[in-house]
Amino acid sequence: MALPFHLTLLLFLPTAGALVLAMLPARDHRLVKQVALCITGLDLLLALMLWPAYQQVAGASRFAFEEQFAWIPTLGVGYHLGVDGLSLPLVVLTGLLGFLAVLVSWHIEHRAKLYFSLLLILQTGVLGVFLSLDFVLFFLFWELELLPMYLLISIWGSPPPVGRREYSAMKFLIYTLFGSAFMLTGLLILGFTTGTFDLVKLSSLPLQAIGVPTTLVFWLIFIAFAVKLPVFPLHTWLPDAHTDAPTAVSVLLAGVLLKMGGYGILRICITLFPDVAYVWAPTLALLAGVSVLYGGLVTLRQRDLKRLIAYSSVSHMGYVLLGVAALGEVSLTGAALQMVTHGTITGLLFAAVGLIYDKAHTRQIPELQGLMHRMPFVGLAFLIAGLASLGLPGMSGFVAEFLVFTGSFEEFPVYTVMGVLGIVLSAGYILWTAERSLFRALPHRWEHLQDAVAVERIPLVVLMATIFVIGLWPRLVTDVLKLGIGPIAEAVKRLG
Amino acid sequence: MDLLALRELLPELILIATGLVVILLDLVTNDKRVLPIVSAVGVLLSIIFTVTGLSALLRSPFAVEVYSVPGAVSADALAYMFRLLLSASTLAVIGASSDYVQRRLIGARGEFYALLLFAAAAMMILTAATELITAYIALETSGIALYALSGFLRDRRSSEAGIKFLVLGGVSSAFLLYGMVILFGLTGTTSYAGIAPALHAAFRENALPISLAVVLIVTGFGFKLAAFPFQMWVPDVYEGAPTPVTMFLSVVSKAAGFGVALRIFHLALGAPTVALEWTYIFAALAALTMTLGNLAALRQHNIKRLMGYSSVAQAGYLMAGLAVPNDAGTAAVTFFLISYAVTNLAAFAAIIALTEGLASEAISDLAGAAQRSPFLAFCFAIALLSLTGIPPTAGFFAKLTIFGVAVSQGLLWLVLVGVVNSVISAYYYIGIVKTMYVGSAKDERPIPAGLALATVLLTTTVLTVLLGIAPDAVVSAASTAAAWLP
Repeated sequence: MALPFHLTLLLFLPTAGALVLAMLPARDHRLVKQVALCITGLDLLLALMLWPAYQQVAGASRFAFEEQFAWIPTLGVGYHLGVDGLSLPLVVLTGLLGFLAVLVSWHIEHRAKLYFSLLLILQTGVLGVFLSLDFVLFFLFWELELLPMYLLISIWGSPPPVGRREYSAMKFLIYTLFGSAFMLTGLLILGFTTGTFDLVKLSSLPLQAIGVPTTLVFWLIFIAFAVKLPVFPLHTWLPDAHTDAPTAVSVLLAGVLLKMGGYGILRICITLFPDVAYVWAPTLALLAGVSVLYGGLVTLRQRDLKRLIAYSSVSHMGYVLLGVAALGEVSLTGAALQMVTHGTITGLLFAAVGLIYDKAHTRQIPELQGLMHRMPFVGLAFLIAGLASLGLPGMSGFVAEFLVFTGSFEEFPVYTVMGVLGIVLSAGYILWTAERSLFRALPHRWEHLQDAVAVERIPLVVLMATIFVIGLWPRLVTDVLKLGIGPIAEAVKRLG
Repeated sequence: MDLLALRELLPELILIATGLVVILLDLVTNDKRVLPIVSAVGVLLSIIFTVTGLSALLRSPFAVEVYSVPGAVSADALAYMFRLLLSASTLAVIGASSDYVQRRLIGARGEFYALLLFAAAAMMILTAATELITAYIALETSGIALYALSGFLRDRRSSEAGIKFLVLGGVSSAFLLYGMVILFGLTGTTSYAGIAPALHAAFRENALPISLAVVLIVTGFGFKLAAFPFQMWVPDVYEGAPTPVTMFLSVVSKAAGFGVALRIFHLALGAPTVALEWTYIFAALAALTMTLGNLAALRQHNIKRLMGYSSVAQAGYLMAGLAVPNDAGTAAVTFFLISYAVTNLAAFAAIIALTEGLASEAISDLAGAAQRSPFLAFCFAIALLSLTGIPPTAGFFAKLTIFGVAVSQGLLWLVLVGVVNSVISAYYYIGIVKTMYVGSAKDERPIPAGLALATVLLTTTVLTVLLGIAPDAVVSAASTAAAWLP
């Protein structure tokens, strides 16, 4: 069942919550957390309500639950929201991870009011990117996420000498802004030559006639998404930001923020410029292959657990780009599913590592040994996420990677083989890391470690459950995804 | 001349009268706190008249039928928009500076407000002028008031600022005047509306003198607008002048400078053949100005100096709009100026409170301000985001429109330079946000802010966000006013 103005409600509820938080007394941490939990819980509920409602109305039109009115008519900018099969799973994922992020941050006491307000604003930003169907609105939310993220990393991140939170936060900010600067140029070209910023209208216009080479516009916009995804060689902000971010922020960063990049490529680059994508597909596939292999190789030599997961993300997001580059329905569905599953898997990995760090105060793999003896629950969660990440059948990662590879093998056999090699690498680093940190004999100094308490276990259990559900019943998600991917693949097919 | 026609100059006349009243009042009263109140009431009165005129003009371009002082000052919607922008900004400056003036400018308080009002009145006439002589006289009148105001602190840095400003301002006026004289010689008229067709007709045989006039005028305006390579007075004057004067310079003076530049370049020199002479100069200067401003701002430790270079960079973005000689360009520059005004007023209101409260202008001393004074820090942070151009703030739509019209004009390269510059600027603007929010303070006591200043700060911050969420009313007003320019 969808409420009137459901999407607007879903989108701005977290911001309204942030305003409520700002009015609460600063000293009462518990109250702040409880309110934040209620808000994100309610938002998750709103997101989940869309799922059955969408399946009822799907197919009637390209987008469901549309809300549209003129916002800045003088410039041709509209307030236009809507969901389709591509954005819906990502919206639900954002709702879920936003809710879990509050639980993961339950121990935060330092400036808690500001922390949870920023988390909530961040959630509006990410949801806005997935819901917007107007390019200016999309860009607005794309940038809205920047400052909360920057402050979250630089205030609550790892302080020196362990981390370099202020450096990493600034690096994140500058890289993202650098990408969005080019996107802004691209969107200005589109908007000011056609007179509309509406993504649905733009996709039906003959953009070859705008007087500026569409290839240029495509790449200008692509750079922003490539930074976010991230694609080699624009990825270097990611390991730093991940390593120095507080746990909940790492979860959100890996879980949903990177997906904004993949989503943008599908929703904007491929949808508006299928012809350019078709011509440049080999280049995209090459970038994907290099990202997968490079990411995987660098991951092998990481000693810090968070850095390890961060680099593995570079590698795994390469599959998204590989699936996109192949431009077939199967591979595109695989890419979209990879975004969803990577969100849950990496979210779980970061949540588990966050707990390990909270208790052991180190993330250095050589120092951690035999944690399974003292923290079996956290260890199990880490192991399950790791196995899902390396693509073990029965878990969600396998389905996505399988779809990507089947879809792309015919188009790009060499790069697909590079991708499969990436799986081998991930098996190597995941199992090796698990062996070193979880198994082995327990050193004396870890005798005191405690396993996760109840409130800490909730996020782990929920994420493990989603991994198995999607792994065993992938059609639950792929059927919805296909409704969104179908028209995009259709447009490309007409060119071929 | 019909004296009744002067009633169209009522907003300016009220300001001048208020200035005189303030000087007289200063002589007879011991309670100097009444001076800003009287000044503010005068400005408010002037704003009321302006708003009535503007709302009528935005409905129909012929609402005010009689041109006030025929052939000298125009009563079109754009002129009224600039009047409103300048007078409202002056009101904000008076509100934000009352405590500062009371404490720091002992013995010169009456003169401060009077000069501020005279300068504002002159600038309002400047932006509405329809011919060169009126414009020049108004420019010089406002200039003299500003030179004096810059030296008001009477310490070494302030005096240096005043002298530097006076000398360079005088030289730039000379350039401007030479350019204007050549234009008059070529066309036989000083009115913008007359110059445009005459220049167009004379273009073939007189290309060289026209180029010379354009170069001289661009140079003259280069100083006034703080464009590269004539920006060197900015950091010293911004740092040395009393902070409220810096605030006035960075907002009111800048808006007036661009206001008159819009009319001279887009109207008098706007014929397509002539425009070719200067649009590329402006495009190149825009790129250099924003780049230099931003790169220099990166290295600053003093907040007022940093804001000086920041205003140079913002002038660069504005010049990108100036390089688009059509209605859309005029509208974009106008909207940018309005956004920039509300943003920079908020920034400077916060800066006055912070630098006075901390007794320091060093950026590093802002550390922990967010915990000491959440309100000041939050408003300042919003202003800084707006200056960077990050949504949802006024600055985002300002850049969107100005870069948008530049793209339509085929200035893609300039837009690329502009957006990369925005990224560079993020480093120092967000750096200040970081200092306030991430750093920890040595002292936990709240930083005080007077009621008038807090009101100004709150209003301008709300407007900054409002223009970032619902800019259409102002965007469409600006494009209507630009389209109806006579």
